[in-house]
Amino acid sequence: MAKLYSKKKFGAVMAPKKETIRFLLDYSKAFRLVKAGKMQFECIAN
Amino acid sequence: MANVNLPDAILVKQYVTGDESALSVLINRYQSKIYGFIYSKIADRDVSDDIFQDTFIKVIKTLKSNSYNEEGKFLPWVMRIAHNLIVDHFRKNKKMPMFRETEEFSIFSIMSDNSPNVESQIITSQVESDLQKLIDELPADQREVLVMRMYQDLSFKEISELTGVSINTALGRMRYALMNLRKIIDKNKIILTN
Repeated sequence: MAKLYSKKKFGAVMAPKKETIRFLLDYSKAFRLVKAGKMQFECIAN
Repeated sequence: MANVNLPDAILVKQYVTGDESALSVLINRYQSKIYGFIYSKIADRDVSDDIFQDTFIKVIKTLKSNSYNEEGKFLPWVMRIAHNLIVDHFRKNKKMPMFRETEEFSIFSIMSDNSPNVESQIITSQVESDLQKLIDELPADQREVLVMRMYQDLSFKEISELTGVSINTALGRMRYALMNLRKIIDKNKIILTN
């Protein structure tokens, strides 16, 4: 019955979760590349 | 704080030179388009979120390593990354498909439990017990061959060696054992099915 009477949401704005955006911004702040000669290291600051 | 009205190319430059807020503006500007694009292909919120996240992790890494050189084409570039990750997702899923239960789709419609239920276990044990009683009724030589063949899984060569008779005799005893069993089953109208 729930299936019959529940309204479907149309036109909802497609957007990722806020946590995903927060994660990306934090990741970006923590992420840096360190060059050592010809090599490059990815560093994530805790 | 980066200006929300700045063009993509400027924001990208600002981000590369260390202005973290420029990334926030870029994400806010295009999150709906990129996420919508991913969701239109994947049709699963959680997986779309994962792909969106992986897309921007690639964006961050590329920008921070100064490998980005498509000024003015930020959105098509990000869309291309998302598209490639979607293709990767489907390739991976082809090898290991994932089903998510929804209101319309029950996971149990494609999953089945092949282990016998209690009823069929009881029937099986009843059938086995009935069959054991029938086998006990057989003459000793026939019973011996049948038990060795069916329950101990011995070959007729092994049976002939163990019982000291020829293979043909062992085969004959097995044949008579089965015939006699059928006769008893038919005569007494015994149903031996699960």
